[in-house]
Amino acid sequence: MSTINPRAVQTSAEVISNKKVGAYHHMVFAVDGLAQSARPGNFVAIAVGGEASSLVLRRAFAIYRSSDRGSAGGVIELVIAPHGQGSKWLAARQVNDFVDMVGPLGTSFGIPTEPVRALLVGGGYGSAPLFGLAEVLKARGCRVDMVLGASSAGRIYAPLEGKRSVSSMTLTTDDGTAGLKGRVSEALPQLIKENESEIIYSCGPMAMLRTIQEIADEHKLVHQASVEESMACGIGVCMTCVVPLRHDDGIVKMTRTCIDGPVMDGSRVIWNSNRKIPEGAWGA
Amino acid sequence: MFNYSTKISGTTLPNPILTASGCAGSGKELAQFFPLTEIGAVVTKSIMLKARSGRATPRMAETPSGMLNSIGLQGPGIDLFLENDIPWLQSQDARIIISVAGETVDDYAVLARRVRALPNVVGIEVNISCPNVENRGMVFSCHPESARAAIENVRRNVGGDLPIIAKLSPDVTDITMIAREVVNAGADGLALINTVLGMVIDSQTMRPKLAQKTGGLSGPAIRPIAVRAIYQVHEALPKIPIVGMGGVATGADAFELVLAGASAVSIGTATFGNPTAVAKVKEELQAILLERGFSNFSDAVGFAHRPDNG
Repeated sequence: MSTINPRAVQTSAEVISNKKVGAYHHMVFAVDGLAQSARPGNFVAIAVGGEASSLVLRRAFAIYRSSDRGSAGGVIELVIAPHGQGSKWLAARQVNDFVDMVGPLGTSFGIPTEPVRALLVGGGYGSAPLFGLAEVLKARGCRVDMVLGASSAGRIYAPLEGKRSVSSMTLTTDDGTAGLKGRVSEALPQLIKENESEIIYSCGPMAMLRTIQEIADEHKLVHQASVEESMACGIGVCMTCVVPLRHDDGIVKMTRTCIDGPVMDGSRVIWNSNRKIPEGAWGA
Repeated sequence: MFNYSTKISGTTLPNPILTASGCAGSGKELAQFFPLTEIGAVVTKSIMLKARSGRATPRMAETPSGMLNSIGLQGPGIDLFLENDIPWLQSQDARIIISVAGETVDDYAVLARRVRALPNVVGIEVNISCPNVENRGMVFSCHPESARAAIENVRRNVGGDLPIIAKLSPDVTDITMIAREVVNAGADGLALINTVLGMVIDSQTMRPKLAQKTGGLSGPAIRPIAVRAIYQVHEALPKIPIVGMGGVATGADAFELVLAGASAVSIGTATFGNPTAVAKVKEELQAILLERGFSNFSDAVGFAHRPDNG
């Protein structure tokens, strides 16, 4: 039976930096011990709107990077896309403000024991957790190729320091304002061939992940996908964020992406399941 | 000495703050944030006879001061629940109120027999706010006859002191009428209120946001409905203990339900926003009671009903 990330804690996190980067906000939080226990792919859940807020649900954010900064203690970095009320409130926090944070939550990307040739694929702000992953893979001697896609140039999050750990970086935009024109998935077959990729790591919208799985199947590649389902709690109690997942016993169960995800084995996810339940599916 | 304990029929709890069914799983996740022994009892998710996938996604929409959900009672079924969830709760020394839900009147009888004699189980919550497959999918608790039949079937199979708590839907014309029916059928206590049926339409897709179209509204938005229902039922049936719930996020919110007539208070949606909400409400309510001069929690139950000169 799967359980909540045993390292998850609730903490009051202090904003120590908040910078606008293109369409996003790069925010740094002092979080003490939470930083050390975070792994690439983990996320945090943050209460938004302050005490009198009408926003009753936590917001989940993938951890961009976590590190220990000596005197500042442990910090985590997030990339916020200020789209809805909650993320706009968070992006408006200033240095020295505190937010109520729970983390690290969820599963992390599996790191191969032997050096492999990895292809990292991100859509929009879905690129955030891939940079921390790239650092870990590089340190293990892996070759890391990265491809990031978005609707237009301003929506690609690819900071300079993030590029240090990758051997190649490819960009795609729907409108052609940066990199190749088209969808990120259209660039994949060529990149897999050129780089002789052995594993795909991905993070982004569900439709993108589904297409990547089809490509991974064609090329017989392992695909670890960080899925995106809307969550109410982030800690496994609300049963909102489920996706149908084929378990070891062969049974498809509606599985919580906050507990058994967000990183899941892409080949086990039943991808075309929005607004329907696959036949024979069980509750987990 | 402040006495925080409360009595629900034959069961005495050290304090009146509980989880709400469907908002705490089976307690395992919350135990990472506070010891489950600290609260009055863990009310489990409503368990059914067979494993259930629940509804398709999207299952949830945030609303002003609340949320809409249509989880559809996803769960492992009673066998796996008794094999995994209950032994774990027992190992934590938690007091357990098992919530059961049926698709037929007979389901309730079978479920009652499975859960009536288990260590640490201090009550059975009977969730009758679910569709009756034998009666065109009508919700049990919205019809006096089917509400009565479900509770009678539990009563026939549960003896002794173990309280049977019927959980009612507020989506009825007169909740006191349903309350009387289930009490006459043998319920020892009442859980008020379940979610309120609602709908959200997405202005982008111009369709209902939830795959199931409708969902249950919860959170602070429904608190006045809970207070009203508890007040009305306590007035009509003052001797019947009520487990109050509906949008409680603070000690002050819980105090309101207690004044209306609740002998215990469940915390539901607030846990989604704050994993330590249940423990926090317990502390805050105690502070308020002391501040208002109550040395026994039970003295505050229904205090809003006192005569004008009282």
